[in-house]
Amino acid sequence: MATQHSRSAARLMMAPAVILLLGWMLVPLTMTLYFSFKKYLPLRGGDLGWVGFDNYVRFVTSSAFWPSIYATLIIVGGVLVITVTLGVLLALLLDRPMWGQGIVRILVIAPFFVMPTVSALVWKNMFMDPINGLFAHLWKFFGAEPVQWMSQASLPSIIMIVSWQWLPFATLILLTAIQSLDGEQLEASEMDGAPPLKRFWFIILPHMSRAITVVILIQTIFLLAVFAEIFVTTGGAFGTKTLSYLIFQRVLESQNIGLGSAGGVYAIILANIIAIFLMRIVGKNLDN
Amino acid sequence: MGQISLKQITKSFGDVQVIPPLDLEIKDGEFVVFVGPSGCGKSTLLRLIAGLEDVTSGVIDIDGADATALPPAKRRLAMVFQSYALYPHMSVRKNIAFPLRMAKMDKAEQDRRVTAAASVLNLTDYLDRRPGQLSGGQRQRVAIGRAIVREPAAFLFDEPLSNLDAALRVNMRLEISELHQNLKTTMIYVTHDQVEAMTMADKIVVLQSGVIEQVGSPLELYHTPRNKFVAGFIGSPKMNFMTGAEAAKHDAATIGIRPEHITTSTTDGLWKGVVGVSEHLGSDTFLHVTLEGASEPITVRVDGELPVHHGDTVFLTPDESKIHRFDANDLRIA
Amino acid sequence: MARAVTTRRKAINTALAWAIGLLIFFPILWTILTSFKTEGQAIADPPIFLFFDWTLENYAIVQERSDYMRYLVNSIIIALGSTALGIVIAVPAAWSMAFVPSKRTKDILMWMLSTKMLPAVGVLYPIYLLFIKMGLLDSRMGLVVVLMLINLPIIVWMLYTYFKEIPGEILEAARMDGATLKEEIIYILTPMAVPGIASTLLLNVILAWNEAFWTLNLTAAKAAPLTAFIASYSSPEGLFYAKLSAASTMAIAPILILGWFSQKQLVRGLTFGAVK
Repeated sequence: MATQHSRSAARLMMAPAVILLLGWMLVPLTMTLYFSFKKYLPLRGGDLGWVGFDNYVRFVTSSAFWPSIYATLIIVGGVLVITVTLGVLLALLLDRPMWGQGIVRILVIAPFFVMPTVSALVWKNMFMDPINGLFAHLWKFFGAEPVQWMSQASLPSIIMIVSWQWLPFATLILLTAIQSLDGEQLEASEMDGAPPLKRFWFIILPHMSRAITVVILIQTIFLLAVFAEIFVTTGGAFGTKTLSYLIFQRVLESQNIGLGSAGGVYAIILANIIAIFLMRIVGKNLDN
Repeated sequence: MGQISLKQITKSFGDVQVIPPLDLEIKDGEFVVFVGPSGCGKSTLLRLIAGLEDVTSGVIDIDGADATALPPAKRRLAMVFQSYALYPHMSVRKNIAFPLRMAKMDKAEQDRRVTAAASVLNLTDYLDRRPGQLSGGQRQRVAIGRAIVREPAAFLFDEPLSNLDAALRVNMRLEISELHQNLKTTMIYVTHDQVEAMTMADKIVVLQSGVIEQVGSPLELYHTPRNKFVAGFIGSPKMNFMTGAEAAKHDAATIGIRPEHITTSTTDGLWKGVVGVSEHLGSDTFLHVTLEGASEPITVRVDGELPVHHGDTVFLTPDESKIHRFDANDLRIA
Repeated sequence: MARAVTTRRKAINTALAWAIGLLIFFPILWTILTSFKTEGQAIADPPIFLFFDWTLENYAIVQERSDYMRYLVNSIIIALGSTALGIVIAVPAAWSMAFVPSKRTKDILMWMLSTKMLPAVGVLYPIYLLFIKMGLLDSRMGLVVVLMLINLPIIVWMLYTYFKEIPGEILEAARMDGATLKEEIIYILTPMAVPGIASTLLLNVILAWNEAFWTLNLTAAKAAPLTAFIASYSSPEGLFYAKLSAASTMAIAPILILGWFSQKQLVRGLTFGAVK
């Protein structure tokens, strides 16, 4: 609904953003594709020619591949489950009348502001250290043997750290959603004799579904890219090597660009599968 | 000056033609109302005149010059929107002065015009408030003020009263009519409310599905509707329609008779029926009477005091001279 | 909906919420407390909560050892620069999408967001190579551009949702009043969208401040921001808890304070306008 003039103005004004993002996507993508078909070792001879699909085959058949997919899915899935579940509960609690709600909200939101490198370092050293960490003191206090968090429970540790960072985000979005629930709707259901649990299940939860989709979409985008938390804690050891981290090691640590690029292509495909899947849901949810 | 003529204009959104070829002449100083049910294309037509939408084909002349390709700002038209469209971050004064500021008018002249407009519209005390602090009626007046300071060739109103409550609507209706009397500027007014159309217009344009059904003065439309649609749309309560034997008696496919043209009696008359709901307005009472053998009740107007109740039998007699006859194509038979 | 709530109910809610709130906040609190301890007290067994000899020496040591100010300045320039650049590019695009939507608008938005899903590692080497070629490696300019690009989809998306809340009639009124497109955006749209632009700005400053993939991989010394500053503390050197805590506090304090002050706008921003 507009005139020809405003439509052409609109195209012109959208151009910079679209062109920049298109370039940002296409240029490196093309280069990655190009390298993925080459044997390319910058520190050991450089460009050693075309190798067809060798890199792709080697990447998938390497013993590290499937564990990395597993680690990626466990971390993303684990964090999503924890943050959404706890987020819903916490949002329900914070929606209740209480004293000092503003301050509680400030406390709850705080972890979101902490940079990933800091939170990973603090958790790793000051909480999860098996000798001097607070958890070790706590375990000893109850007479238990301190846990070697980073080696014995590496995946749960990372899930815990990342969940701590993302819980505020989930909570706040879900809280906003609850607060927007029409009071009359709840009162009507109360008049209809629905007990609290049913009210939650049939009124509150469906109302939050849109917010939950948004949380899942946004968090997945960021969780697939989790990097710093692994970089500064386990460095990819003890089964915490995600697909991203595996590629990072191939590229930067072993300087095998061809192999890393093939891995990159896999990661891009994986991300696209998840993206298409999510976009479908979210697109549908945002249309109304 | 504010003479506008539309020549063979059409508008399509994609493949859908919402306005088939349409011609219309609007004379300088006229108060023209576009009326029709929602979705009839009246707002689209107004937006085409305003230049907020492009016509798909055809020509729009304003004061004899081709304005079809001019942007809205160059057409010397002012518009009052349904939502008022005030700028929430500016004071009333700045809102009214905005078009003058855009025209780079000098500050003193801006002030003079704003002050004049404010005093005409009783807004002098509110000039430094924000729109959010005003009532619906006051916001409406600010929107009008913003339109009049420009001294435009014509005013366009897009359902300006639909967000006001009933009492205020009557007041604003009078104020806008008053304004037209004073300014004598062309006004084009869009509404779905036939009462507004009847009370304000010099000329009513009845639209349905983008097609002009009839153009005429309020009383022309009331007395000689060109077809069944206009007959049913103009007048409140609606005209009653009958088909079948009653219509055949008058050599018509359908006949129409307005509620105010039927006499009611408890003793005798042409038609016999049973009273359903009665609506008491004080001055008048509207009875919904179901005639023998009919499924739809017909509405009749009676004096306020007629003592009839739900379920009573009454007799109705139409005023033969006020019966409207329509042929099989719903067109009026003269 | 005001509803009478018993004081007891309210007290229970309050106690529970405060307990959970403090639990969530505890790691940050503990870090801040530890930063004022001596290294010995930092690892005391059992841990000391409040009654230790408060000292500022860790902060002095950290500044001396790592030149905190230089990293801080880099962080500020990179976060503000990338966000400002992003907003300048995103405002016109969001205006187009919100007020002159076409059939493809939704697809373009979705596509933009999907570029965010592109795994950074997948394109790390090409970007690294391009940066070397263009002399952008370890430069603030390079990071400003990269962070602007990775956050651009979010900025466009957020602004789009805010702009959509502004009735199109108001912009049309401005057009009728004789405003040009530029005047319409400067005098009407932008002032009306200030709250939305502010939340967009805040959220993206935070995202840029905390971004830890490109900032770690594309900088060495000159342009390194606080993420790199803190990463240099990742390998323990003797007794270092108190110093680590001081460095951590210094790295997060600016954004924590900014975030707390602008909590309201931020909550709005965090929902990406997608939740009402």
